[in-house]
Amino acid sequence: MAYNLTVSPDFAPDHISGWYFFNTWLQRQLDVGVHLELYDCFEKQRSDIRDNKIDMIYANPYDASMLVRELGFKAIARPQERPDETVIAVSAESTISSVEELQAGITVATTDDPDVHTMGMIMLEPADLDGSNVTTKEVDTYVIVAKNLLNGNADVGFFLKDAYDELSDLIKGQMKVLVSSQISVVHHSLLVGPTMQEFIPRLEERLFSMHEDEKGKGVLQSMNLEEWEPMTEEETEFMIDLIDTLVIE
Amino acid sequence: MSDQDTGESREVTISYHDGTSRAATVVDREVPYPDGKLIVSRTDPNGIITHANQAFIDMSGYTRDELIGVNHYILRHPDMPSVAFAGLWETIEAGKKWHGYVKNLRKDGSYYWVKATVIPNIRNGKLVGYTSVRRKPSRSKIKASEELYATLM
Ligand SMILES: Cc1cc2nc3c(=O)[nH]c(=O)nc-3n(C[C@H](O)[C@H](O)[C@H](O)COP(=O)(O)O)c2cc1C
Repeated sequence: MAYNLTVSPDFAPDHISGWYFFNTWLQRQLDVGVHLELYDCFEKQRSDIRDNKIDMIYANPYDASMLVRELGFKAIARPQERPDETVIAVSAESTISSVEELQAGITVATTDDPDVHTMGMIMLEPADLDGSNVTTKEVDTYVIVAKNLLNGNADVGFFLKDAYDELSDLIKGQMKVLVSSQISVVHHSLLVGPTMQEFIPRLEERLFSMHEDEKGKGVLQSMNLEEWEPMTEEETEFMIDLIDTLVIE
Repeated sequence: MSDQDTGESREVTISYHDGTSRAATVVDREVPYPDGKLIVSRTDPNGIITHANQAFIDMSGYTRDELIGVNHYILRHPDMPSVAFAGLWETIEAGKKWHGYVKNLRKDGSYYWVKATVIPNIRNGKLVGYTSVRRKPSRSKIKASEELYATLM
């Protein structure tokens, strides 16, 4: 029987092949069949998770609550120094230089990435902006968010900071950052479902030393990760509590 | 910075719910909330601080050692009406999420406004403490809170 691994749909498109390498590496370490199932939207992935089709996931922090508290998943690892931070940017030509100058009625370009969208909306609150007085334009990728700013189809854009940093200098040069979050304790994590709990000890042993051998290191690099760090149950619960305080009722 | 800030200082005695009190210097000067940050703390079920993040330490003006193990009312500002906190405790003790605008007192006597959310931390069905996460409030919400709280004193 093969297990199913999936990855939060907000992974950077450049690193898709890295996740396939990781899947191959995983099967060798565990000596079982693992199938990698990728999704291009959160909704379809969530419905498959709820239908018990997923055994292991590299999840968006926003989904950790459902996975851990409702479905019995256990977070075992997080990537070292890869917190999920959010950037709000405008066109370089915009007269706006701080969030507080933004006015009701603006258009926000955003993606379906739930943690970035939530943090972005929180960082607009100091300007008395919320879902009732901004128009949100949801697009597929951060490159498209940037394009919407550059061609004037949106006033502000929400970006995952890592994705913003990876945009070309040509694009970045035409934008300016109004605010960048500094939360540091909200991040993606690798979670194991109830069907795979027996593999956790072996998995932990292999994951945390993965960066020490050539092959493992190469796989990590192709995923744009440095190394895996252990995550305790309490760290996971803390992160979930924190996200819980951020979501609107 | 609030328009009404005078920079003046006054000596006050702050009395807490548990019958204790302390003398404090209160300075009429606002310290702006840092952009992009969340101020995070956790307490045990009695409101004793068990965790504070760096933004909390920076904004409160206390060291981590001065914060851990003391009652969260160390930040209580005399301009905050006690009914606001009665509402907070009633809500979280009922297991629900609370939010509100809070004026906090720094160690140096100046103040900062936050939009706070407090939630109960439940582990294996048991209450183990509370987490509070604060974010930057808008000027209009601060002004409305100043006006409202003045009527509740
Ligand atoms: C998690 C948590 C965070 C709190 N944060 C604050 C705070 O930032 N400032 C504050 O004045 N009170 C805060 N309180 C409320 C205090 O416990 C206390 O009720 C308040 O300072 C008023 O003091 P009193 O109840 O003794 O009158 C917090 C309580 C909890 C449980």
